Amino acid sequence: MSRIGVFICHCGENISRTVDVERVALEVGKLPGVSFSTDYKYMCSDPGQNLLKKAIQEQKLTHIVVAACSPRMHEKTFRKAVEAAGLNPYLCEMANIREHCSWVHENREEATVKATEIVGMMVERVKKNRVLPTITVPVTKRSLVIGGGIAGIQAALDIADCGHEVILVEREPSIGGHMAQLSETFPTLDCSQCIMTPKMVDVANHPKIKLYTYSEIELVEGYIGNFQVTIKKRARSVDEDKCTGCGVCMTKCPQKKIPNKFDQNIGMRTAIYVPFPQAVPNTPVIDRDNCTWYKTGKCGVCQKVCGPGAVDFEQQDKLIVEAVGAIVVATGFDLYSIDEKPKGSPIKGYGEFGHGKIPDVIDGMTFERLASASGPTGGKILRPSDGKEPKQIVFIQCIGSRAREKGISYCSKVCCMYTAKHTMLYHHKVHDGQAYVFFMDARTPGKSYDEFWRRSIEEEEAVYIRGMVSRLYQKGDKIVVMGSDIAVGVQVEIEADMVVLATAVQPQKGAELLAQKLGISYDKYNFYSEAHAKLRPVECATAGIYLAGACQGPKDIPETVSQASAAAAKVMTLFSKDQLEREPIVARVKESGCVGCFACKKVCAYGAVEEKEIRDRQGNLIKTVAFVNPGVCAGCGTCQATCPSKSVELDGYTDEQVIAMIEAL
Amino acid sequence: MKHTAPTHDFEPKIIAFVCTWCTYAGADLAGTSRMQYPSNVRVLKFPCTGRIDPVFILKAFQQGADGVLVSGCHPGDCHYIAGNFHARRRFAVFRKLLEFIGVDLKRLQFSWVSAAEGGKWVEVVTDLTVKVRAMGPMTEFKELAMEEQWSGAINTPELQEAYNAI
Ligand SMILES: Cc1cc2nc3c(=O)[nH]c(=O)nc-3n(C[C@H](O)[C@H](O)[C@H](O)COP(=O)(O)OP(=O)(O)OC[C@H]3O[C@@H](n4cnc5c(N)ncnc54)[C@H](O)[C@@H]3O)c2cc1C
Ligand code: SF4
Ligand code: SF4
Repeated sequence: MSRIGVFICHCGENISRTVDVERVALEVGKLPGVSFSTDYKYMCSDPGQNLLKKAIQEQKLTHIVVAACSPRMHEKTFRKAVEAAGLNPYLCEMANIREHCSWVHENREEATVKATEIVGMMVERVKKNRVLPTITVPVTKRSLVIGGGIAGIQAALDIADCGHEVILVEREPSIGGHMAQLSETFPTLDCSQCIMTPKMVDVANHPKIKLYTYSEIELVEGYIGNFQVTIKKRARSVDEDKCTGCGVCMTKCPQKKIPNKFDQNIGMRTAIYVPFPQAVPNTPVIDRDNCTWYKTGKCGVCQKVCGPGAVDFEQQDKLIVEAVGAIVVATGFDLYSIDEKPKGSPIKGYGEFGHGKIPDVIDGMTFERLASASGPTGGKILRPSDGKEPKQIVFIQCIGSRAREKGISYCSKVCCMYTAKHTMLYHHKVHDGQAYVFFMDARTPGKSYDEFWRRSIEEEEAVYIRGMVSRLYQKGDKIVVMGSDIAVGVQVEIEADMVVLATAVQPQKGAELLAQKLGISYDKYNFYSEAHAKLRPVECATAGIYLAGACQGPKDIPETVSQASAAAAKVMTLFSKDQLEREPIVARVKESGCVGCFACKKVCAYGAVEEKEIRDRQGNLIKTVAFVNPGVCAGCGTCQATCPSKSVELDGYTDEQVIAMIEAL
Repeated sequence: MKHTAPTHDFEPKIIAFVCTWCTYAGADLAGTSRMQYPSNVRVLKFPCTGRIDPVFILKAFQQGADGVLVSGCHPGDCHYIAGNFHARRRFAVFRKLLEFIGVDLKRLQFSWVSAAEGGKWVEVVTDLTVKVRAMGPMTEFKELAMEEQWSGAINTPELQEAYNAI
């Protein structure tokens, strides 16, 4: 027989003002199974907790109900106290008579009746509570970082510097991401390559970092502390161990006119290539779609000239399995497609601005490549159409961003600043040129940011026009830009030589597919969701997975780096323990009842339900039943409500407990 | 079946099944903001609306609830990724069943209340209480509960008709 102790808290006067706590204690004291009931001014205070502990020991209590504030407030406190007194913490429940009663009702009689019923309900529930063991799982102290942009690089270096192995997986042939493409960076105008490449080299040389480039995540299994990740390493056609990075192959390759994606397709590369000279690793890859050997079976020049014999046309994709305990997702962003309406996307393009049709209408990233000293024009601002220097240049901000009618309502955050930067770089390079900017607002919060923006107007003579562009068309070799200046209330028309569109920052294409493999959630734009917008900004709701950089939302470099270091710190917190403790609210299968329909497996969003074979002594298969992996189960209970034979139960929320509560009412 | 005429001195019993992450937290917020609402509601907390078995709703009606509220996170905001979608699908089917067995669907309310929507919680609870108060007590299931025990004490014309049809 249970000996239940009930403790009613006054919460100063927060509860006792409307609830007659003494009467509640008296009433519930009469319930069968309750052997002790009392009220106290502050249950959560030290004396309150001592009262609880003392009563457990003296009265030999077996189950506890604390009627006080919300369990979201103090459940942990009281469960700890109960544990200290020698009871299993899960034999203690809280009855919420503050947030759900005394604070929302004024009538003392009504509130007292309701409080008595709430406590009665919890008394019936706690009778059915079972001892639950704390679940511990071991932690594999290795980490996976997905994406080798500045976010992934920073997180990988931080974790590796703490002495833990990191597996860094990058989809492209080189790490670096978008930052490697940038020319100079706001707000200080330091050269992106100069601050980026040393970090890339650090990654390559770090004894604790294992780098997989030209690779993708194929499959993620397991759970916090214990993930199994299958990585697909695509065939480079060059043996990384043999290649010395001399680059002879690239000088001899006859296919020289392939648009280089790294240069936003305005520069050209060969079929065997590294995307940019400072690439890490410096091992070329053969682009099989454009290689003569793969297309016709002839050529093979690179193989002939390669001294160490590294070129391997037969190389195959490889699947590699790595065990890790934590995952940092740092897959970054992509830019809004302005050519046309992207297929299968709710987002409308900006075909009306002629991008893709008028060669001298480019996007911001293309401008970065033009302005980059190591870019296709050697840092000169030249028109893609005829190589002439543009003397009048128009920048248009908020292309795609903050345009609900186009499908995106958010602000891309970096465009105001990089457009200001572009006007400066332009002015530094084309002294007699004039830059115009069409903008809605200038959003420049951040250290030294507004000063930077002002400098573009006050010192670098950019003309800012508040308003949007209504029309844009080619006229001879000019581009006519028509818009309105809403500050002055006049129509403006500019004959420009070049137009730069500040296109919206969007998640990577296919970001949702990776999220589905990882079991993390994403918002309606496919940016990955953090567990809590304010208090848990780098953790995913899925335990053991962390976010860094622009994959979570538009970000500039300083913010990206901060978040990456924060994610690394979270990984280190996890790795500081050998074993993980977690709440034992997990589902369990009653094998005798399970009919093996696996309806539970279908509804479990975490992949926690596995198939388990039951065999007799001779090894004959009797049946296959469901098995819930307690390390993976998140404890939602969807499987239980789904199971047609009622064979799976969520500890802490069993049918017995729920029915007991309903019956108490 | 007899229906009690709506009366104003009748106070309905409302049972709310809510998820802990959104609606329970929303109800807490209503409390910390000291909003006021009728005291008729009793809240049962679940990790997720995905855990709420339709049987609980039947059981609640059987135990004398006059109205039942099921509330969780907004679609897309589920703490457990998709539990509320499974719940929504399940309850869409379940409503049809309830309707078929003759429960007035106005007694069963589904809603999304997020952790930030203390005001919406107050609104939902108040509306349901007012609505059910006007409808009067729920009698159908209490009778069925006894019928389940084969007491033989009840014989409504509807039941008689059902027997005759077999
Ligand atoms: C035109 C322009 C100019 C800018 N100028 C500045 C500036 O001056 N100053 C500033 O502070 N910020 C600037 N920014 C912002 C800056 O580019 C970003 O803050 C930064 O690049 C974000 O880094 P990231 O690592 O999160 O993402 P990214 O740089 O996008 O890196 C993501 C990496 O992940 C890889 N990846 C993606 N998906 C996968 C996958 N499924 N598997 C494996 N790998 C994957 C990608 O290939 C890439 O290497 C600018 C942005 C733009 C568009
Ligand atoms: S593949 Fe051969 S030729 Fe090409 S860079 Fe490597 S070592 Fe040099
Ligand atoms: S409780 Fe939820 S997470 Fe756990 S096994 Fe069941 S459906 Fe999966």
